[in-house]
Amino acid sequence: MSKLDSKIPEGSIDQKWSKYKSSVALVNPANKRSIEIIVVGSGLAGSSAAASLAEMGYKVKVFCFQDSPRRAHSIAAQGGINAAKNYQNDGDSTYRLFYDTIKGGDYRAREGNVHRLAEVSANIIDQCVAQGVPLAREYGGMLSNRSFGGTQVQRTFYAAGQTGQQLLLGAYSALERQVGMGTVEMCSRHEMLEVVTIDGVARGIIARDLITGKLERHFGHAVLLCTGGYGNVFYLSTNAMGSNVTAAWKAHKKGAFFGNPCYTQIHPTCIPVSGDHQSKLTLMSESLRNDGRIWVPKKQNDTRKANEIPEEERDYYLERRYPAFGNLVPRDVASRAAKERCDAGYGVGASKMAVYLDYKAAIDRYGHTQAIKNGVHNPTAEQLRTFGKEVVEEKYGNLFEMYEQITGENPYEVPMRIYPAVHYTMGGLWVDYNLMTTVPGMYALGEANFSDHGANRLGASALMQGLADGYFVIPYTIGSYLANEIRTKAIPTDHEAFVEAEKAVQAQIDQFFAIKGTKSVDHFHKALGKIMWEKCGMARNEKGLKEAIEEIKILRSEFWKDVRVTGTADEFNPELEKAGRVADFLELGELMCIDALNRNESCGGHFREEYQTEDGEAKRDDENYKYVAAWENKGNNTYELHKEELNFEVIKIAARSYK
Amino acid sequence: MSQGNMNLTLKVWRQKNSKTNGQLVTYQLKDISPDMSFLEMFDVLNEQLIVKGEEPVAFDHDCREGICGMCSMFINGRPHGPKSKVTTCQLHMRSFKDGDTIVVEPWRAAAFPVIKDLTVDRSAFDRIIAKGGYISVNTGNAQDANNLPIPKPDADAAFSAAACIGCGACVATCKNSSAMLFVSAKISQLALLPQGQVERTTRAKSMVAQMDEEGFGNCSNTGACEVECPKGISLENIARMNREFFAANIKE
Repeated sequence: MSKLDSKIPEGSIDQKWSKYKSSVALVNPANKRSIEIIVVGSGLAGSSAAASLAEMGYKVKVFCFQDSPRRAHSIAAQGGINAAKNYQNDGDSTYRLFYDTIKGGDYRAREGNVHRLAEVSANIIDQCVAQGVPLAREYGGMLSNRSFGGTQVQRTFYAAGQTGQQLLLGAYSALERQVGMGTVEMCSRHEMLEVVTIDGVARGIIARDLITGKLERHFGHAVLLCTGGYGNVFYLSTNAMGSNVTAAWKAHKKGAFFGNPCYTQIHPTCIPVSGDHQSKLTLMSESLRNDGRIWVPKKQNDTRKANEIPEEERDYYLERRYPAFGNLVPRDVASRAAKERCDAGYGVGASKMAVYLDYKAAIDRYGHTQAIKNGVHNPTAEQLRTFGKEVVEEKYGNLFEMYEQITGENPYEVPMRIYPAVHYTMGGLWVDYNLMTTVPGMYALGEANFSDHGANRLGASALMQGLADGYFVIPYTIGSYLANEIRTKAIPTDHEAFVEAEKAVQAQIDQFFAIKGTKSVDHFHKALGKIMWEKCGMARNEKGLKEAIEEIKILRSEFWKDVRVTGTADEFNPELEKAGRVADFLELGELMCIDALNRNESCGGHFREEYQTEDGEAKRDDENYKYVAAWENKGNNTYELHKEELNFEVIKIAARSYK
Repeated sequence: MSQGNMNLTLKVWRQKNSKTNGQLVTYQLKDISPDMSFLEMFDVLNEQLIVKGEEPVAFDHDCREGICGMCSMFINGRPHGPKSKVTTCQLHMRSFKDGDTIVVEPWRAAAFPVIKDLTVDRSAFDRIIAKGGYISVNTGNAQDANNLPIPKPDADAAFSAAACIGCGACVATCKNSSAMLFVSAKISQLALLPQGQVERTTRAKSMVAQMDEEGFGNCSNTGACEVECPKGISLENIARMNREFFAANIKE
């Protein structure tokens, strides 16, 4: 039944990529000059791909909806980027990075792709340093590393808490260099609204100039979607306000299968929602769980302030439930446990949807050691606090400041309030080993594809994958397709397929303005987010998912009857942009629920309440669900499931336990 | 459930497009929560306008966590408002008082034409970077990263300059609309690193030339840019850029 061919090369795991590289078809320099490539999105994947392809000699056009390619949301990544350099001499290797990633993904990723990712990881660091990216260094001048979750080695490279920013600015500078040389045409403030296919092959896009509102037709021999994840389907997430699924979704409706849409990552430590006005959520680095203790009151609906609740009336629920790992349980476990407490009525803060992350014990503990270090033998309580605060400030000062900035509370005096938030989507467009979707000529790179993280992504691996795809994978794999395209002349954009595609886009825009409803786009987005968060969020069950599917259908039909889009089509109109994105989220949300309902197991970020062990852990079903769920859009919000069986030839598949 | 208790008067710059004149329009806002960010306060205003059938205020924003550099409001005469070292999106309403009148304008500079309302065109910054804000190294050309030791102080100084988010607050606050803090931050980052030495001369000259061509003013050392920079980019960078530019011209 399957139409899916992952095209993993033959041979042993450590030979696949090198053999592929030496045998893949090439395009000669003269032919490259007449081949046009469209890149949508300018984050780590898009910028790095565009720069690399232009350097090779292709004609490249890049589109981004922001005012500059440097704004893409890769910029907000904090922690770091993994690479199997083994600079710390701690036993790291390509194999270990490969193994950690497969295991971290709960055995739901492809071995061939992940091994390639681990292989090229070291090249990324070399490339970025050569570009002048100021990664953190030791006093001897060598690069510094830190450790991250899910690993036993130090392989994470970083630039303070702004690693994403620095890596993106590196890729952006490489991109701007090509713009300056005239090999890349940069189209900022442009949004892709349709894919143009001719005889089932991707041949271009329709984009809207967001300033003039004009629809434009662009031809390309290949189209690369580097458009990020779809976490904003939940309305509230750590994504940027503009992050959206539109480009990927249009591609999906033109034939690209959508892989594992239900795999979403919820990060446990974010600043909680403070009210209905909330527009986005801010992450607090996971490192805070090293020293902080998480608790809620033992009494339901306790209205006392944190400091008024005596020690014996506090429930350190992670330490209670997971004595072995305590506050350092993995992300998905910590997130679900917080939700469980809040749902049961033990939440804190005005919204009651938060738990405390308390540094009092750490301040005391550090206070005592500092007092000893300073030769103070009978320290007063005040001295202990001062000493302890100093240590905490040195380790986490910038995070504490950020918290105070947003909440107005001093976390040295009162415990922080935190709550999990949507952070990343492992699912995305299904791609083969070449990163090509099921539509020939259309590729998906970075978070936009489904490929490398399985059901759960490890920290510091998103930056690695985005840059691997753009700098080191696509420049090779695209050759296998374009070598057969050298005889294809640029197709004039008055071709019927372009005309039809533009008409479809125009029709949707006209429809938005014709509705003249009463409710704002945000109203519908928030309503969708609420359904998704409650029924397809951290924990899912059959009943809830079935309800969600019906609720989304109703909401979607209300949207198309009652949305109000102000302004006109031929001007800068952010409301119109939002309307198009929410319309697509209203379809994607349903597919996510369908996928979650289909997957009768728990794995990684996908937790089905019916499938858990006696002590509440995720229970995989390898016999029946060891596959990638790739969904084909059959029109009118109906979908057909295709399965790509995952074969583990190198790594022995095993249960993932944290007890 | 937001327990808003602030009532505010907003005077917001409204301008249909780059070809028309704009004006300040007054809006009353009720029940604003001190926990809202400044942009969330604008979300409330826009929701009210949409329900009334009026056009919402267009403004640039994206990450809303102070790093993308897209938000750009000139609030009560200061870019990014009254608090230092924060972007507009990280400014919260508790920085204001009940009953306040707040004036909100776009960045004002000849090189940043208004697109609509509070949205301006900052593509001049990209064009300056395209003239030399990079190291010419094609993908695949790199040596092993640790083959090039870089003293930690140099790496740290380069990082401090590289922390610029390209928001343009420096230009907006400068009486000359100078872009020298922005341009100097990039020139400094690359001049401080060994990788940047090869193109050092041409970089300084061509980036400065593009900066002038875009219509940015000159620097008269008032230092407002450093004060208003949400990332604390140092004025020292401008001094370094001037040295780089001077040296580049002498070498010729």
